[in-house]
Amino acid sequence: MDFGLSEEQEQLRESARHFLAGECPARKMREIALDAAGLSPELERKMAQLGWPGLIVPERFGGAGLGMLDMAVLLEECGYAAMPGPFLFSSAIAAYALAAGGGDEINTRWLRPLASGDATGAVAIVEANDGLAPSDFAATARTAPAGAVINGMKMFVPYAQSASFFIVAARTGAGARDVGLFVVPANAAGVKIRPLKALDLTRRLALVEFDGVLAPPEAQLRGGADLYERVLSAGAIAIAADSIGGAQRVLDMAVEYAKVREQFGKPIGSFQAIKHAAAEIVADLEPARALVWYAAYAFDALPRDAARAAAMAKARACDVYSRAAGKAVLMHGGIGFTWEHDIHFWFKRARLNESLFGAPPYHRERVAALGGY
Amino acid sequence: MDLNYTPEEEAFRRQVRNWLDENIPTSGLRGFDRNADRDKSTLEKMKIWQRRVHQAGYLALSWPKEYGGQAMDPVRQSIVNEEMVRTRAPALIGAMGISMVGPTLITWGNDEQKARYLPKILTAEEIWCQGYSEPGSGSDLASLRTRAEIVGDEFVVNGQKVWTSNAHFADMMFCLVRTDPDAPKHRGISYILIDMKSPGITVKPLVQMTGDRGFNEVFFDNVRVPRRNLVGKLNEGWMVANATLFHERNMLGSTTTTQMLFNRLKTLAAATMRGGRPLTEDPVFRQRLADLEIRVEATKYHMLRQLTDSIRGRNPGLGAWVNKLVGTELNHDLATAAMEAMGDYAMLARDDGHAMDRGFWPYEWMFTLGLVIGGGTSHIQKNIIAERGLKLPKSR
Ligand SMILES: Cc1cc2nc3c(=O)[nH]c(=O)nc-3n(C[C@H](O)[C@H](O)[C@H](O)COP(=O)(O)OP(=O)(O)OC[C@H]3O[C@@H](n4cnc5c(N)ncnc54)[C@H](O)[C@@H]3O)c2cc1C
Ligand SMILES: Cc1cc2nc3c(=O)[nH]c(=O)nc-3n(C[C@H](O)[C@H](O)[C@H](O)COP(=O)(O)OP(=O)(O)OC[C@H]3O[C@@H](n4cnc5c(N)ncnc54)[C@H](O)[C@@H]3O)c2cc1C
Repeated sequence: MDFGLSEEQEQLRESARHFLAGECPARKMREIALDAAGLSPELERKMAQLGWPGLIVPERFGGAGLGMLDMAVLLEECGYAAMPGPFLFSSAIAAYALAAGGGDEINTRWLRPLASGDATGAVAIVEANDGLAPSDFAATARTAPAGAVINGMKMFVPYAQSASFFIVAARTGAGARDVGLFVVPANAAGVKIRPLKALDLTRRLALVEFDGVLAPPEAQLRGGADLYERVLSAGAIAIAADSIGGAQRVLDMAVEYAKVREQFGKPIGSFQAIKHAAAEIVADLEPARALVWYAAYAFDALPRDAARAAAMAKARACDVYSRAAGKAVLMHGGIGFTWEHDIHFWFKRARLNESLFGAPPYHRERVAALGGY
Repeated sequence: MDLNYTPEEEAFRRQVRNWLDENIPTSGLRGFDRNADRDKSTLEKMKIWQRRVHQAGYLALSWPKEYGGQAMDPVRQSIVNEEMVRTRAPALIGAMGISMVGPTLITWGNDEQKARYLPKILTAEEIWCQGYSEPGSGSDLASLRTRAEIVGDEFVVNGQKVWTSNAHFADMMFCLVRTDPDAPKHRGISYILIDMKSPGITVKPLVQMTGDRGFNEVFFDNVRVPRRNLVGKLNEGWMVANATLFHERNMLGSTTTTQMLFNRLKTLAAATMRGGRPLTEDPVFRQRLADLEIRVEATKYHMLRQLTDSIRGRNPGLGAWVNKLVGTELNHDLATAAMEAMGDYAMLARDDGHAMDRGFWPYEWMFTLGLVIGGGTSHIQKNIIAERGLKLPKSR
């Protein structure tokens, strides 16, 4: 019985925090976030040199072959930095989907370059009705002589604009579990990308149309509905980890500010209203972090509880992040409401995190259903 | 990270479970009994129960063997705790000894004190109470005024304690007294052990809002306490007191109670019909129940993390400061949700014939609020997290 990070994981955490403090401080984050692409090729290249994109990619496709807990440790630091870019969506979610469901041909074509940082994948799941059940999808994959023909429109696709390929969820029949994941190159005939304006400036979103896109047989990932659910869990855990990091950051910012800002002749941190708000964030955050670690661990090691654990982590971490961000903005007073101050980047990222891969109410319902009530 | 237990630990768990299945008293004591009144016969039954747990080797597993413990790692203790939850074993009457003064004596007591007191804590021969709070000193504990003067090789104690849980049946008290009135308030306090049968002690029970006599006023009139009952050094009792408070807050924040409450709430909700369907199928209540379950699970892993830190010999950091705050508030939220689940039946006192779940919840709803106050209120916990944990400036 050991519920803690390994020495290697502690090191990963330390080195990630150190790297991001140097390469993606708030000033740099803002610069990237305000740039049209919402990513920095230079930062992406440096991360690739550290092997981050291939962290959970199997070694035979050029990755480090590590697990979801290692990824969660890294993503917590990315959330701390509010790092813009496709990393989470590509290296945690698309990479998992390929590693779990892709054959050698598709993985040689996409997973290997993903691991080396030469390609990024985007996951296209929800549609205009923003539901996550296969029965919510209008997108279909119809069997054709040369594979499957995909038709449909996906909304809120993170970093579609810069993706090399998509992993698209589409219905493969009329049954509740008839869903498939298909790998579609971004430049395939029939793919159209229309950028959306996201509230969170550290992310890019787009609407992606698939109009009669042909997917050859090897482009359909193995695993059907089971794989789809695993991919949702991976997404939930990844966002939860980012959220824990973000909550830690807004807490740190507010506490730091409260020690230097003076009103009524003393630091505002000596007022109990400020102290209690900060303490409440800590009391929310510390147990939530343990829950996220548990979910990431369960994803790899405890198949029976993995889905429930991911749902718990997502619901809790997102609630905690949003509440923390709101409190932290308030603790800054007027300066916290300005464009110049950095805290709004985290405040908005918290809100996007809530929605991505199922909002807290959706996951609480899952927890109830999976918990047998 | 590895949440698997070793085959030996699994075997140990089966052994504990079997033992509990065979030995939990079937009549007299209700599982998870919070009744604080403790009439003589209940008290005796509870002592017998604790003694049996001890004789079976399932009490204070991480204490040294020479004092009646099992010298095992904390994982075994957590296995026992989990099995006690699962089987709804009765509460341990000597909990304040086992979880508060015992661990404090192991760290701060001298050999003679350890040998004298620790074994009897486990056998329930001596039940302990905590003499900290006074009428003028609650949250501001260090302002306490109960005076102890040294006369020969004795302390002579005069003053008053209040809210002293269990003092009406306790055999011993661990008590904070002022031994140097001229020193700054934290530096004139000593930690002494007082025999409750000493001449000059008067215990006046106070009735709690639940209707039970759970805590007391304790008056000291020239009570003589041998000097060898001093724990730690003279005037350095504040550090010892804080060690006990730390253990107390972990006890109060313990997740075993929390899990037990959640399971019971879930059972209640599944059995309660509302609008023609069980409450568990009501979308609003489902959300609330799931949210509570998520918080319960989060605290469980949060405690496992600290358990791991303690096995690894690492400082748990900020995490340990939040246990009391999070655990006691969650328990009260669970009981509050149960009260809502019961609808109009929440209006009934626990001993009304129509009361649901044998009146468990109205009592629990009040009791859990008491624990948000006792052991340092939530306000004080937040001050501590902010000032000691986050290093925000003190207001004073
Ligand atoms: C949208 C917007 C519009 C505004 N428009 C105007 C305007 O038109 N005209 C104008 O004059 N001003 C305006 N303001 C300024 C506003 O009144 C101040 O921002 C506000 O009074 C807080 O002051 P501050 O920003 O200096 O924060 P601070 O006073 O530095 O407060 C920082 C934090 O400390 C807390 N705090 C401070 N003192 C205490 C205390 N004693 N006890 C507990 N907590 C304390 C605050 O609640 C806050 O959380 C506006 C602000 C905003 C956000
Ligand atoms: C069920 C129960 C069992 C108990 N058992 C024991 C026992 O066995 N032994 C024992 O010694 N004591 C016991 N107590 C006493 C308990 O420790 C005190 O009640 C508690 O510490 C609060 O002290 P007080 O009652 O004097 O309230 P006060 O200290 O007067 O507090 C009143 C209110 O003011 C708030 N407050 C006070 N100071 C501050 C501050 N600095 N900042 C913000 N808010 C503040 C408090 O949070 C509270 O809301 C028990 C209490 C209860 C309810």
